[in-house]
Amino acid sequence: MNTTPPKIRLRGVCKAFGPKVVLDGVDLDVGVGESVVVIGGSGTGKSVMIKCILGILEPDSGLIEIDGVDVGKINGADRDALMGKFGMLFQGSALFDSLPVWENVAFGLIQARGMERQAARAVALQKLAAVGLGPEVGALMPAELSGGMTKRVGLARAIAAEPEIIFFDEPTTGLDPIMGDVINDLVVKCVRELGATTLSITHDLVSARKIAHRIAMLHDGKIIWQGPVADIDESGNPYVDQFIHGRAEGPIQMQVSG
Amino acid sequence: MTIAAPEDKVIIRVLSGVGRIFLNFLATVGRLSVFTGRALRHCVTPPFYFRLTIRQMIDIGYYSLPVVGLTAIFTGMVLALQSYSGFSRFSAEGAVATVVVLSITRELGPVLAGLMVAGRIGGSMAAEIGTMKVTEQIDALTTLSINPYKYLVAPRLIAGLAMMPILVLVADIIGVFGGFLIAVNKLDFNPANYLSRTFEFLEVKDVVSGLVKAAVFGFVITLMGCYHGYNSRGGAQGVGTATINAVVSSLILILIFNYIITELFFAI
Ligand SMILES: Nc1ncnc2c1ncn2[C@@H]1O[C@H](COP(=O)(O)OP(=O)(O)OP(=O)(O)O)[C@@H](O)[C@H]1O
Ligand SMILES: [Mg+2]
Repeated sequence: MNTTPPKIRLRGVCKAFGPKVVLDGVDLDVGVGESVVVIGGSGTGKSVMIKCILGILEPDSGLIEIDGVDVGKINGADRDALMGKFGMLFQGSALFDSLPVWENVAFGLIQARGMERQAARAVALQKLAAVGLGPEVGALMPAELSGGMTKRVGLARAIAAEPEIIFFDEPTTGLDPIMGDVINDLVVKCVRELGATTLSITHDLVSARKIAHRIAMLHDGKIIWQGPVADIDESGNPYVDQFIHGRAEGPIQMQVSG
Repeated sequence: MTIAAPEDKVIIRVLSGVGRIFLNFLATVGRLSVFTGRALRHCVTPPFYFRLTIRQMIDIGYYSLPVVGLTAIFTGMVLALQSYSGFSRFSAEGAVATVVVLSITRELGPVLAGLMVAGRIGGSMAAEIGTMKVTEQIDALTTLSINPYKYLVAPRLIAGLAMMPILVLVADIIGVFGGFLIAVNKLDFNPANYLSRTFEFLEVKDVVSGLVKAAVFGFVITLMGCYHGYNSRGGAQGVGTATINAVVSSLILILIFNYIITELFFAI
């Protein structure tokens, strides 16, 4: 049992932009079929961490392994095959604004997997329905969507190819509480039905409690606490306590200019 | 430590400024070379996106026709008038046809078409790719297993390289026709005579050199559009800067390459 490597493994990952150190030795494991939620203040580098795992950003040092393979050492076709395992919901959704909604969702199926357009369209409409959007939305252009709809289309695109590992960057931000809960259920369903491994980022603790098996808190470039979701209220960690109660006073000093 | 005299400080400041500019220049050349190499490699290795390439070809070739044709016909007309009024001073009006066709095919066709397309295409490419970059659409491509060089850059480079020569060939014909119109209708040339004079001294090399220029300009314009778009950062302002840089750098490079190619073809 101990011989299976974790799905995602980060060791000592560092990333700086010029003089600004964002990640300063992140260690994190995500097991197969596990759902880990990373919490942390704005600008602590949560999105940067995910982009490092995806290979969009190159870490300055440290080790990132997917299924035991060091992603820093692979290139070309291996890299493409690896990307095929990933689905990603971007914080800003990042829909292709020159393509209609259904083609956005079907993009990976058509372009990377060579699926027939008609078949891919059917899958896309099905995924849109899963995130609560009717088939009429499929014909719209991304510029015609509301913020919440944009987010849901981004989500549909992330799960369209049924990837093994899905990253959600703030999946419920900008949604009303009911739709937020629909999305939470969807994330839970992905994990259960697809057997997918998920790594999510959220500020929304209701969401975190619902979708996470494990919660990790990123602060000052490091994971300062991680544990099962049930332990979050008794973490004994003043940073986590401050964060989950949303208090302005505490060890975390928000950078407020003035 | 001796304290530097004030005039030394000025010299140091000037020198370090020059050094910084020079280093920045080298860094840019390096980045551009890497980008070009990578883009070229993805132009010749599968998968190819034919639909996207054709769409770019239509955009560059077909939709640039009106502006390039307009430029060409007026240039041909002006050339006929100017050379007639100039050459009549030493009774060399007979050379008008030759001057028009040589100027158009060797120089004005490719250069003016290049400048027009640089403004039209280079800027819009940089803006489109730049917006995709700053809204993370390029990152999204990567996560969907699509290589952005193949999907975005290669179709544009191929289209630029392939369509500019065709565009310039059309511009050559329209330009010569513009000169012909003026010569026949306004300057009382005999149409048959004018045409035979047009082709009498025209060599294959004149046309070919112009088409080679066109291909190089097409490559430069699309490369600059893609490069500046791909490296833009920081929202709307960054995209604006990328657009300006793409247009200005392609205009300058067109002028430089125009000289180099002319020298390669015609320097004795
Ligand atoms: N491409 C980049 N170039 C320079 N700095 C960057 C870049 N991307 C991120 N940063 C910096 O890295 C820091 C962390 O950014 P990141 O987007 O990861 O924050 P975050 O934790 O996701 O915050 P939020 O919860 O608000 O989304 C920020 O201070 C940001 O300025
Ligand atoms: Mg973020």
